[in-house]
Amino acid sequence: MSVDSQFVHKMWDEHELSKMVQGGIPFPMVADAAGHIGSAYGVYDPDAGVNVRGRFIIDPDGVIQAMEVLTPPVGRKVEETLRQIRAFQHVRETGGKEVTPSGWEPGKKVLKPGPDLVGRVWEVWNPKDDE
Amino acid sequence: MAEQESIGCGRPTGSVVGERPKEKEDVETTHKEAAVSTIMVGRKAPDFVAPAYHQGGFKQVKLSDFLGSWVVLCFYPGDFTFV
Repeated sequence: MSVDSQFVHKMWDEHELSKMVQGGIPFPMVADAAGHIGSAYGVYDPDAGVNVRGRFIIDPDGVIQAMEVLTPPVGRKVEETLRQIRAFQHVRETGGKEVTPSGWEPGKKVLKPGPDLVGRVWEVWNPKDDE
Repeated sequence: MAEQESIGCGRPTGSVVGERPKEKEDVETTHKEAAVSTIMVGRKAPDFVAPAYHQGGFKQVKLSDFLGSWVVLCFYPGDFTFV
């Protein structure tokens, strides 16, 4: 989503993005011409008249689970977004009984929060094991 | 999903669902509202409806139509730049 119109999105997809992504961009490219939506999400910069790089992961209940906001010169890493989605999906599937420590990837060690774990994370989880 | 829309010369813009368009003299209030409106993890994502381009066609996209799915909402400064 950007402040460009849906017509400009079409041109961008047809003339450039479709050369990088087979078949063009598969998801909707939303137009936020006046920045109303960006304002609601706190990512519209009225001085520049554009939305900055904001990324929100929204769960199936419509709740924001993660957000990342960058100034324009630095791009994002899609793999990290996917990793976070997989982690949030795992937590959701286990009803919050399992949580995912730093750098977690599917298949790696999860933690089960509870009184027994307090002060003993070091016994059950070593970030170096994942390297 | 909304069906295809016929496109005229007008350029309708998106808006937050349930929010009335603000009037000019409301500028001060708008700023106050912006200060208190909190986007936070663990809270509901503001719903919106906006025109979109999708796979060769134009349509309206409403965030709440995607309830039941995981959604990545991605803002970027402008087309023809990286994301």
